[in-house]
Amino acid sequence: MSLAHRIIPCLDTDGARVVKGVNFVGLRDAGDPVALAARYNTEGADELVVLDIAASRDRRPTFLETIRRVAAELAIPLTAGGGIRTLDDARSVIRAGADKVTVNTAAVARPALISELSREFGAQAVVLAIDAKRVDDHWDVMVRGGRDSANRDALVWGLQGVELGAGEILLTSVDRDGTQLGFDMPLTSAVSRAVSVPVIASGGAKLPEHFAQIFSEGAADAALAASIFHDHVQSIRKLKQYLSARNIEVRLPC
Amino acid sequence: MNVMLIDYGAGNLTSVERALARLGARSQRSHSPECIAGAEALLLPGVGHYAALIRALDERALRAPLLDALQRGIPFLGVCLGLQALYETSEEAPELSGLDLLPGSVRSLPATVKLPHMGWNQLKLSRPSRLLEGVSAEAYFYFAHSFAATNFNSEAVALSNHGADFAAVIEKQNIFAVQFHPEKSGEPGAQLLQNFLRLAA
Repeated sequence: MSLAHRIIPCLDTDGARVVKGVNFVGLRDAGDPVALAARYNTEGADELVVLDIAASRDRRPTFLETIRRVAAELAIPLTAGGGIRTLDDARSVIRAGADKVTVNTAAVARPALISELSREFGAQAVVLAIDAKRVDDHWDVMVRGGRDSANRDALVWGLQGVELGAGEILLTSVDRDGTQLGFDMPLTSAVSRAVSVPVIASGGAKLPEHFAQIFSEGAADAALAASIFHDHVQSIRKLKQYLSARNIEVRLPC
Repeated sequence: MNVMLIDYGAGNLTSVERALARLGARSQRSHSPECIAGAEALLLPGVGHYAALIRALDERALRAPLLDALQRGIPFLGVCLGLQALYETSEEAPELSGLDLLPGSVRSLPATVKLPHMGWNQLKLSRPSRLLEGVSAEAYFYFAHSFAATNFNSEAVALSNHGADFAAVIEKQNIFAVQFHPEKSGEPGAQLLQNFLRLAA
């Protein structure tokens, strides 16, 4: 008996639709969030993440409505994020049915946000999303959807975020995101072995081997992917069977 | 059956309500002492900090009616913090008194493993469980916590393990509690809630 490695599909939404892009740009429509949520709930996803990539103030009500409708489909945990800048933003997302919130750019700008959220909702509800990009011998934290460097070391930021009260890290490799070349092993391994909280690896997944590697060598606690699940390149059920056959502990769907 | 959800002002009650509704049960949120005193069945959900739950119970004068209802045999299901609250104290807020219905204290899971204990884990049964009737021994449940009842006694009918064994399912007469979140644990979680509803009816 031990904690299972989690497979987490991610819905990047722009208002009421799921979108996808390569290296954070070039977005196109990828479906209805409610239909996808229902499918993943049935297929054996361990959690679902819904991110508002537009994160604009005027489209906030649409995003909250999406959260409500998605949450209604799920018997698994739901994480929501994108554009969470204040305690009130987080509260509205949690009231809409999310169990956890992710913070990214706003936490870089004002790290105390992490502590405020952690005190209010508990560390288990606060996911620090870090978008990291390789620069020379280290990884830089990127903000504003992966566009700008925050001139901060990703490993140091991860440790600081945990110190401030984050209960989990969603670690996206900007270099690998959308490439389908596999997860960023050195990045994930470095962060996951350094911090005391679970790390969700994200960016670059395509093949079942990518998941097996990131769980074994990469020390990831969970792995997130989007388009390969949306487009039926991988089925969560078959992926889990593959991992289970290689003695990687997963929760097999009934 | 109408289940009274004790709403102490934190956490996400929506998923519990939805899970109960799917099973055809009615539920109602309340933080009034009178409603708790008159409840047919009680559910205490909880996420976040132990102190927030205990303080809210006292500030809203819910401790006495809750203890009285449990004394009278009203079926009770505690979820996550709702399990931890049943013990004498918790290391998370040692200055506060828990409901003291079970001997022992809640402690931090060891730092040798990643915390919070976040995700899907299995159970090992200590003795036959009414809550787990019809649930596969291999079933996974969703956990999200850093503190746990590691010095459990005979009230623990099932344990889980993350760095240490801890009480995952508690059954003592009319008092039931689970450290995981049945409302987010797919089919096995729904079966467990269904069992509670049947036991409470």
